[in-house]
Parts: sequence; structure tokens; C-alpha cells
Amino acid sequence: MSNFDNIWQSHKTTISFTIMALLLLFVGFNQSWALVLGIFNLCLISAIMALGVNIQWGYAGLFNVGIMGFAALGGVSVILISQQPVAEAIEVGGFKMLFALLLGAITIVTGVLLNRKGYNKWLIALVVIIGYLATRYYFSNAADLIEKVNPAKTGYLGGLGMHVMFSWIVGGLAAAGAAWSIGKITLGLRADYLAIATLGIAEITLYVIKNEDWFVRGVKNVAGLSRPVPYEVNLQNSVWFQDMVSWFHSSSLELLPLADQTAQLSQYVRASSVIFVKLCYSGLFITILVVMIVLANLALDSPWGRKVRAIRDNEVAASAMGKDITRQHLQIFVIGSAIVGVAGALLVTYNGIFIPTSYQPLRFTFLIWVMVIVGGSGNNLGSVIGAFIIWFLWIQSGPMGLWFVEMIGNFTEEGNIITEFLEDRVHFLRYILMGSVLLTVMRFTPGGILPEKNKEL
Amino acid sequence: MSSDSIDIINAFALLTNFVILPALSYGSQLALGALAVTLVYSVLRFSNFAQGDSMAFGTMIVILLTGFMINQGWTISGIPTALLVIPVAIIGTAIYLLSMDRLVYKFYRRVKAKSITIVMASIGVMFVTGGLVRFILGPRPQIFADGERFIFSVREFKAFTGLEQGIALKTSQFLTVTIAILLVAFVFYFLQKTKTGKAMRAYSDNKELALLSGIDPDKVVTVTWLLVASLTTIAGALYGLDKGFTPQQYHLLLLPIFASVIVGGIGSPLGAIAGAFLIAFSEVLLTYAYKKFLIYLLPLSMHPTSLVQLIGTEYKYAISFMILVIVLLIRPTGIFKGKVLVDE
Repeated sequence: MSNFDNIWQSHKTTISFTIMALLLLFVGFNQSWALVLGIFNLCLISAIMALGVNIQWGYAGLFNVGIMGFAALGGVSVILISQQPVAEAIEVGGFKMLFALLLGAITIVTGVLLNRKGYNKWLIALVVIIGYLATRYYFSNAADLIEKVNPAKTGYLGGLGMHVMFSWIVGGLAAAGAAWSIGKITLGLRADYLAIATLGIAEITLYVIKNEDWFVRGVKNVAGLSRPVPYEVNLQNSVWFQDMVSWFHSSSLELLPLADQTAQLSQYVRASSVIFVKLCYSGLFITILVVMIVLANLALDSPWGRKVRAIRDNEVAASAMGKDITRQHLQIFVIGSAIVGVAGALLVTYNGIFIPTSYQPLRFTFLIWVMVIVGGSGNNLGSVIGAFIIWFLWIQSGPMGLWFVEMIGNFTEEGNIITEFLEDRVHFLRYILMGSVLLTVMRFTPGGILPEKNKEL
Repeated sequence: MSSDSIDIINAFALLTNFVILPALSYGSQLALGALAVTLVYSVLRFSNFAQGDSMAFGTMIVILLTGFMINQGWTISGIPTALLVIPVAIIGTAIYLLSMDRLVYKFYRRVKAKSITIVMASIGVMFVTGGLVRFILGPRPQIFADGERFIFSVREFKAFTGLEQGIALKTSQFLTVTIAILLVAFVFYFLQKTKTGKAMRAYSDNKELALLSGIDPDKVVTVTWLLVASLTTIAGALYGLDKGFTPQQYHLLLLPIFASVIVGGIGSPLGAIAGAFLIAFSEVLLTYAYKKFLIYLLPLSMHPTSLVQLIGTEYKYAISFMILVIVLLIRPTGIFKGKVLVDE
């Protein structure tokens, strides 16, 4: 028994990643490779998100309950950067909107400057209110004009028409900007203020996205986002791809009579094109994840990392040594949120569609938290394995729940009230399941699967 | 619509009907929730993120029992059946919260975990609770108000006063304010005058000293959860009677409740109540469309054509957040500089 324990202790990382790989392979052989690659890609994106949260929680003990908001900001950037601009809408209301937004910005800046100069509070309030009313007037005017332009298809300003990969960086920057402003306000105060503020900003971000149709079309969704990888149809028509597939399947094709070969080949080409596109995404995501992990681990081993851990483990002592704790926390909060923003942008790019209503706290905030805690807070590889395990469970728990209900259904007659009730509600059991997983791990193995290695300070 | 004369009385009646009464009842509902958060914060020393969903849990029991009572025909005409079942619902909620305390929070108290760790645990509880409610009741809206809808309706008011603009007093509004006053009075009396209440304050003020003077910590914790269960269930039931019930709406109540607590000064019961009314009034005042109100007050030439609404209704949760941010920027300790349960 202790022998097994020793092996586990010394090769935890390898063993857990191997088991995960075997699980994915098992699904691949039993269900389908397209499915397993879909799960794998979302695991990778979740892993990047979890890495960002782990940097905040594991490095600095910052509790971010607004992951959803930062991910949504990343998603919005994809639209604003990669979509083609809607010329008509810009012509009608673009400059008015720009003017309104400028007016708003000027109002805020004036308010802040007057406050710094120490002017009368009532005067500042008056300036801000007048500025707000003027902004709102031009703003709603411009928004109306823009939303009236072909509302079924556009009704928004569109984006800048740049390459989609550029939006990943912008997504990170947008999330970083939001994080900076929240952090500036709440860090240095009580620890749970940050949690409450992030919770609030996430909900508000989503309200803005859902309600401001001129911005990213609100709940009408934006579909057909541009891709960094080839389209399936183009692949199916390209010669090199057909050659590659026929070479790959040559042994099985040769067995068939010549007449059937073309039909069989086109079937193979169609199936492979889906897998090929997903593999391209996997390659991109793996590259990003690996680069981020390497950078994060290098940073953690550097003098900067030592400072960060010193602050986390004993704020008072670190502060006595002259470390600026609030500044350090702000830095980490911004970096972590930027990574979440990048992951949010990746997710929307991968889905090819932006659906504001799909942003649920359970899926985006809470699930990521479970990943970090289960994987092992403070350990970057831990977040990755946590992301893989939890996403895998999350995806598979749906079918498993339905299967379970069907099992019960087999023993009861058709139209049984209990069975119908369960079929209707079974997916809410995920909330309970994930909540219980979090609570159990926190209680019994607070270190998670791959606990943080004790490094000497 | 009336002539071009200025009509202050009707303007005031309009404001009472659409701003003051709704804000008063909403403020009372928030105040009860905020008081529960304050109690947990002061005695158990963590921000309870599960408050909104606990309210949903309490309301769920109320809804289920109300349905049962109406089915059986056990109702009293004129009184919302929900009111009759609240005591039972409180017991149910108390059992739930106490078992969560034993299963989850007790461990962290024993190991003296950081407050932020307990906050995270409370988020776990939040999701379990929210999941339970959605599993049992489903995510769809529920309406469980029965009995008389109005103490007096717009028509009755107009007939009585002869005013053009009517005021309606909904039963739910009347009940909310009355019950909230009684409950808050009871909680303050309990904390100030009873032995257990004093023990709670002592425990909140200085845990070590309280333990040394022989206060039973388990009893303090249990009594706190009992009070929290009562506040939570009643706040939830009143909110549901007033505005209807969806699990998501209750979950989002967390934001205005936290804003109330922080604006008032975290840990101060009086502050929580003041904060709740501040948030409620700001929310209603800023999202109210002043068009009709200004038409009563301004001469014809100055009548507004737009709705004159400062902030769209869809952003009402943003208002509590903005107030929160402003308070954190200007006075992070809140209006009442509270940290503990003891009076200043």
C-alpha cells in the first residue's frame, strides 16, 4: 500500500495526466474522435482560464468571483476586432456615438480631476450630472440610429475587420483594463470587497452586453465569426487534403472495388475535415497554454515570484520588509484577469458565435473555481489537470444523468410523473454536484490533486 | 391629462404610488436580508455569499406549503396564505442552514481558517442551495400571492380623495413594511436586552474574551443561524409576495444586499438598514420615468417629450454597484463606521 503511495507521491503529475489522456482516448475509441477533440479543445481553453484564476488565487490569495465578466470581455473583443465594419451604421450613427462616448469620458475625467484639486463636492456632482445627461442624450440618439440599420442582420457598428488572432491580445487587454479599475478601487480594503466587486462587475458587464444592441447586437447574437483556421468546405475541395486523406486511409480504400472508392473517399474527406479543423485549433491552444505555463513558472521561480509568495504567506512581514502589497496585488490581479480575457476570446473564436445568454456564472465563474481548487491551488500544472478532469466530468455528467433517468424510466410506466419531473430537472443536479465537489475537496484535500510544492522562500 | 396648471398634490400622489411605496417595501425586504448578512458577518466572521440563494430556499418552502394549504382549502380569506406558513418555513430553513453550518462552516471555525476561505465555502453552499431550489421548483417564475391584493386600490383612493392621480396600497407592501418594522425591533431588542443577545454581541466583539467568560460558542452560533433563518425566510417570502419568485432573481439580490451592508458600514446592524433604504430609494428614483411627474409640475410649454428616465430599468443592479463603488472610493468604512455588533 505504502509502495503505491510512494509511486503516486513521486509521479503524481505524470500519472494524473496519463490517466486523463487514457480517459480521452477511451471516449475517442468508443464514441467519436470529433467529440473527443471538442472536449479536448474546451479543456485547453478552460485550462488557460483556470491558469489565470490560479495566478490570482494561488499566487496572491485574491478571490475573483467575476471570471464570467472577464471572459465575456474577451469574447466581445473578438467581435469588435474581427467582424467587418457595418459601413451604413457607421455613416448614420458612428460619429454621434463616438461623440457621446467622448463626452462621457470627458465627464469622468473632469470629475476625477476636480476631485483631486479638492473642489466643492456639490460642484463636482453638478458637473458630473450635467455631463451624464448630455452624454445620455447623444448616446441614446446614436444608439437608436445604429440599431435601425438592418436590425435583422446587423443593427450594430460591426468591428474593425482585422485578423481574429489580434483580438485575442485585445481581449486580454480589455480584461486587464477592467481588472485594473476594479483592483484600484477595492484592493487595499477588506479581502472580500474584491470578491463582491468582481461579482458585481461581471453581472453588469453581461447586462450591458445583453441590452446594448448597437454594441454587439445584444441577445440577437453574432454568428459567423472569422476563423484563424481553414473552413471545412474549403478543405474538402482542396487537392492536397484529399490526397492526404486518401493516403491516410489507403489500406482500407484498396480493399474496396474501384466504383465504391470515390464515394468512400469523399465520406472520409468530410469526416476528416472536421477533425482536421479541430486539430488545428488544438495546436493553437496548446501552443498558447504551454507558452503561458512556461512563462508563469519562470515568473514564479524568479525573484518576483519569491516576493509574491512572501507577500501571500505573510503580508505583515512582507510589508515590514518594504514591499508594496497593494501594488503587488493589483499587478497580479491584472495579469490573471488578462489571461482569463484571452481565454474568453479563444472560446468565442472557437465557437464561431457569440451568445451573451450562454454566459452563466455556474459555467464561467464557478466551474473554473472548481477546476483550480480540485487541481491544486498555487500549482499551474494542477490547474491544467483540474480543468481537464472537471470539464470532462461536466460534459459527461449530462449524458450520464440522462442515462440514469432512462434507467429509472425503464422500470416505470410511460408518462410517470416522477420520471418526467426528473427528465425536466436533472441538469440542475450539476449545480449540486459541482458545489459538493468544491466543498468536499476544500474540506478534505485542501491542496487538491497536485498540491503546490513547498518552495524555499 | 390635465391642463397646463401646476398641480403639486397630484404630482406628490404620483410619486407616492410609483416611487415611495415601492421603494419603502423594497428597502424593507433588502434591510431584512442585509441584517442577516450582518449577523453572519459579525458573529461568524465571513461574508455570506449564499444569502440570496438561502432566501430562495426559504421562499421555496413557503411556496410549496402555500400550494399545499390552498389545495387543502386551509386558507383564511383576505390574508395571504403564505403568511400562515412562514413559521413552518422558518423551521425548515433553520434546519437547512444549521446542517450546512455543521457540515461546512464548523470545520473552518475549528481550524481558524482565513475569512476568505470561508467565503469560498459559502459560494459552494450558494451553488448547492441554488441547485436544490432549481431542482425542486424549476427555474420558471412562481406567483404565490393570494387573498386581497390591495388594502385600498387606485379607484377607491380616487373616489375617497377626488384626486386625479390615485395611490394604491398593495397588501404585500403593507405587510412588508409592518412585518419588517416588527422583526427589526425584535432583533434589536434581542441583541440589546436578552442574555443570549448580549452573549452574541460579546462573542462578536471579542471572541477570546467571550469564551473566557463562559459564553457557550455553540449556542451563540446556533442562535445566530436561527435569527438568520427567520430574517432570510421572511425577507424572501415578502419579496416574493411583492415581486414574484424566480431563483435567478433571488440569486442576484445578493448584489443590492451586499451593497446595503457595505454602504451602511459592514457589521453594523443599523447601517445595514440605512444602507438598504438608500439602495432601494436610489434604485427606484433613478429608474423611474419622470415624464408624468414633470407634466404635473411644469407649465405646458416646458412639458417633456421623452420619458425623462435617468437610467434604464434593465440596469437597476448596476445602480447598487455604482453606489457601492462610490462609497468605497469616498468612505470605505460606510456611513456608520461599523465593524462589530456593539453600539458605537
